[in-house]
Amino acid sequence: KMASGQQWVLVEMVQAFYEAPAYHLILEGILILWIIRLLFSKTYKLQERSDLTEKEKEELIEEWQPEPLVPPVSKDHPSLNYDPNTKLNLSIVCGLPTSHKIVVNGKECINFASFNFLGLLDNERVKKRALSSLKKYGVGTCGPRGFYGTFDVHLELEDRLAKFMRTEEAIIYSYGFATIASAIPAYSKRGDIVFVDEAACFAIQKGLQASRSFIKYFKHNDMEDLERLLKDQEVEDQKNPRKARVIRRFIVVEGLYINTGDICPLPELVKLKYRYKVRIFLEESLSFGVLGDHGRGVTEHFGVNIDDIDLISANMENALASIGGFCCGRSFVIDHQRLSGQGYCFSASLPPMLAAAAIEALNIMEEDPEIFTILREKCSCVHRALQGIPGLKVVGESFTPALHLQLETSTGSRDSDMKTLRTIVEYCMNRRVALTQARYLDKEEKFLPPPTIRVVVTVEQTDEEINMAASLIREAALAILK
Amino acid sequence: MARRADVSSKGSQDLHGSGSSRNRLCGSCQENGKSNGVAHSWSKRESFEQAPMYVAVLTYLGFGIVTLFGYFRDFLRAVGLEKCHLAQERDEQKDFVPLYQDFENFYTRNLYMRVRDNWNRPICSLPGPEFDLMERVSDDYNWTFRLTGRTIHNVINMGSYNYLGFAENNEKFLQPVANATKEYGIGVCSTRQEMGNLDIHQELEELVASFLGAESAMTFGMGFATNSMNIPALVSRGCLILSDELNHTSLILGARLSGATIRVFKHNNMQSLEKLLKEAIMGGQPRTHRPWRKILIVVEGIYSMEGSIVRLPEIVALKKKYKAYLYLDEAHSIGAVGATGRGVTQLFGLDPSDVDVLMGTFTKSFGAAGGYIAGKKELVDYLRAHSHSAAYATAMSPPVARQIIRAMKCIMGLDGLTVGIQRVRQLAENTRYFRRRLQELGFIIYGSQDSPVVPLLLYMPGKVGAFSRAMLERKIGVVVVGFPATPITEARARFCVSSAHTRDMLDKVLCSLDELGDYLGLKFSRRKCTQFELDS
Repeated sequence: KMASGQQWVLVEMVQAFYEAPAYHLILEGILILWIIRLLFSKTYKLQERSDLTEKEKEELIEEWQPEPLVPPVSKDHPSLNYDPNTKLNLSIVCGLPTSHKIVVNGKECINFASFNFLGLLDNERVKKRALSSLKKYGVGTCGPRGFYGTFDVHLELEDRLAKFMRTEEAIIYSYGFATIASAIPAYSKRGDIVFVDEAACFAIQKGLQASRSFIKYFKHNDMEDLERLLKDQEVEDQKNPRKARVIRRFIVVEGLYINTGDICPLPELVKLKYRYKVRIFLEESLSFGVLGDHGRGVTEHFGVNIDDIDLISANMENALASIGGFCCGRSFVIDHQRLSGQGYCFSASLPPMLAAAAIEALNIMEEDPEIFTILREKCSCVHRALQGIPGLKVVGESFTPALHLQLETSTGSRDSDMKTLRTIVEYCMNRRVALTQARYLDKEEKFLPPPTIRVVVTVEQTDEEINMAASLIREAALAILK
Repeated sequence: MARRADVSSKGSQDLHGSGSSRNRLCGSCQENGKSNGVAHSWSKRESFEQAPMYVAVLTYLGFGIVTLFGYFRDFLRAVGLEKCHLAQERDEQKDFVPLYQDFENFYTRNLYMRVRDNWNRPICSLPGPEFDLMERVSDDYNWTFRLTGRTIHNVINMGSYNYLGFAENNEKFLQPVANATKEYGIGVCSTRQEMGNLDIHQELEELVASFLGAESAMTFGMGFATNSMNIPALVSRGCLILSDELNHTSLILGARLSGATIRVFKHNNMQSLEKLLKEAIMGGQPRTHRPWRKILIVVEGIYSMEGSIVRLPEIVALKKKYKAYLYLDEAHSIGAVGATGRGVTQLFGLDPSDVDVLMGTFTKSFGAAGGYIAGKKELVDYLRAHSHSAAYATAMSPPVARQIIRAMKCIMGLDGLTVGIQRVRQLAENTRYFRRRLQELGFIIYGSQDSPVVPLLLYMPGKVGAFSRAMLERKIGVVVVGFPATPITEARARFCVSSAHTRDMLDKVLCSLDELGDYLGLKFSRRKCTQFELDS
């Protein structure tokens, strides 16, 4: 039965062959020959230098000299542990019962440099909770989230963070830097457009670079500049409406900018969002656990509806004094990262003891919302105390816990500015106040911030300590900046 | 020494190291053949047997059917006959450009959702050789899950990367970690270049350097980030990266972020690599033909999806001949291979200083988290000053650092006991036993005989879900991987052997595999394996 069916088809084919016009057959014949030729021809690669003889090839290979793997680094680079005078360049910190008074290079100093805003690094409850988690789970998770690396602690932490921020869902990462750097490329792909502030931190820049989208920078906190860019884009869209319907647009801003210490104008951004139909990604590493009556960040500070922000990302390494980061928002947005966030899918999950510590820190934050008011008071106290230092100006809002001290008049060369600030820092360190210079990678930053000294406020600092530090800095400035 | 299994060749079999030929559907037993000149007395027997033709056909058929069903279900959802379980965009933002394109999520909606219960299984105990799973059920065919509150106790763990059994909660062993928690706290709240450089980091780095036999080392808080943040610091525009086909995502991301030109060579194929090297040096940069500033060869020690081990002696010979630099990612091989757990350099008897950049992670064999880069002092000093992680990312957590220190001291024997070296030997024995028995049972497994990562081929998409669920019913937790992490026709189950697995546990697993292999029809191998003795 099968054979006769085949035969019947064959007969039809032969008939069609006879009935077809001649040019049709010739054309098809040529096409078939062309295909055969293509299949068997050697692939042509543009980089093959087939015009060289063997000897010339050998010579080229002999002669080629690569650069050294790494260029030499000068021995007195501040990140190295070498200094002929003190034998210590990079500060080495030793653990002590508290991280408020740390031992730096053998001297006990008051800590004005670690981002331990709520003092949770030394909290006994947090440590106890971490220890009980250690007893149960050990240290590492030995796998990514997809392959038995999801512990009940992770699920609990995600749940608690979502409830705390009053969003639908949260997702945690095992490294703060990787959080925003994996979140942005998960949504924004080649061809999409991202409008980002010039003062965005390095992690955001790396996320943008990984996304391969068009990046448009607007001047720091300048809503008119942003609106101008958005209007230009609107004009572009009208030229090509079909393309415009598939290009996604995002605005990436930080709540409190780590490089400049000021706040983003969120209500205006939300207005721009609805007018020009762009989504907002908000990076709240510095403002989570700092701003707002309950520490929920910049949305609570301004009273903006949290659903208006598409994605909030923060790291848990500042106020929560743990390790890792999280993103929160609506399930529609966040769930996508579970399959396409690279730092989530291809990396081991957060060690359970660090997650347990973060949960306990959240508990403390929820039980005692007074702590945020106290922190903000101390911030304004420090801000006031540092005003009027000759030669140094304070950069940052009065409620920001990480402010910068910049030289009022720069000498013109970044190197000498850095050296001057370094002498001030060393002066203070020798007199038991630990400060640090803000560190950047000069060649990698898109908009390199000017050299500054970072001053960090924590709730553990007493008024006397704040006043002492301020007068010490004043002394240093007077002595060094003449 | 073992006799090689008979090779039945078909057609033109290329004996010169063509590695695993992905799309050749001939039913021959393919082994890595002789390489170009660098003779290696201890032949690294790697096998990537091809399944019979009908398997590939059925696999494609399976995917075809699921895709058709997918279109049908999408149609039903669009028409409204089927409830749409997906989360929806906000009403206020309905006129925004859609965040996801429909076709991007087709695979997720229609294929992945059906078998989603095999991944992200939550556990509530230590990830040791046995663990406790939280029972999770779905009332709506995997769209949502709920935890019933019950625990499945003592499930044998064949999925976690616990090669040397350091995922343990023995109070005595963990005392140093507890002390570090009490002393330093959990976090650091500062970067390495600012106020986060603790004395414990210095101690750890010196220990890592001496463990590896390198001059100097630097550690980072996340293994993934070690690659993605340091490769851009080493190479940039004008440099060339030659990367293996099957490199991990972190290496690919680091290479892309660096801005260098990337060229891919076939997996473990030295001919392909040499050809690329020759062409690069002779041809120079594309279009301008300026000479390349640097050439960096990026490979991994053990490839976790294949179980294959890098051909290090040959790569080192090539790199010396062509003056390239070598970046070796030992995420899975450090601690797990080598006579004393020093990784692939020790396995092949090479000097660690032959490798320019030794990179690895602490997640797998040390039961902690984080990564390291080791090498010459100039390299590490440069990274201390210019690594993205040192300047912008928080330093490693002190208790985690302490765990790595104690695990490393244990392996090196510095704590005065022989526990470490016993574990390394036990792992090697377990690996060889497990692999030998699987081959005897008739499964197709990929990779080298020394690799503790054992991929067992399942091929068909339907069997992937069935295998994982059936093993869970028998209280064995396995990891299955399919497209897109593997080629579309080669879905597999991946076992990670641990030194903490006892012979009984392995036998139980093998017994269940035997049963399931017959029931699901997974024994595709057509080799006749000869018995051989385990080397001591």
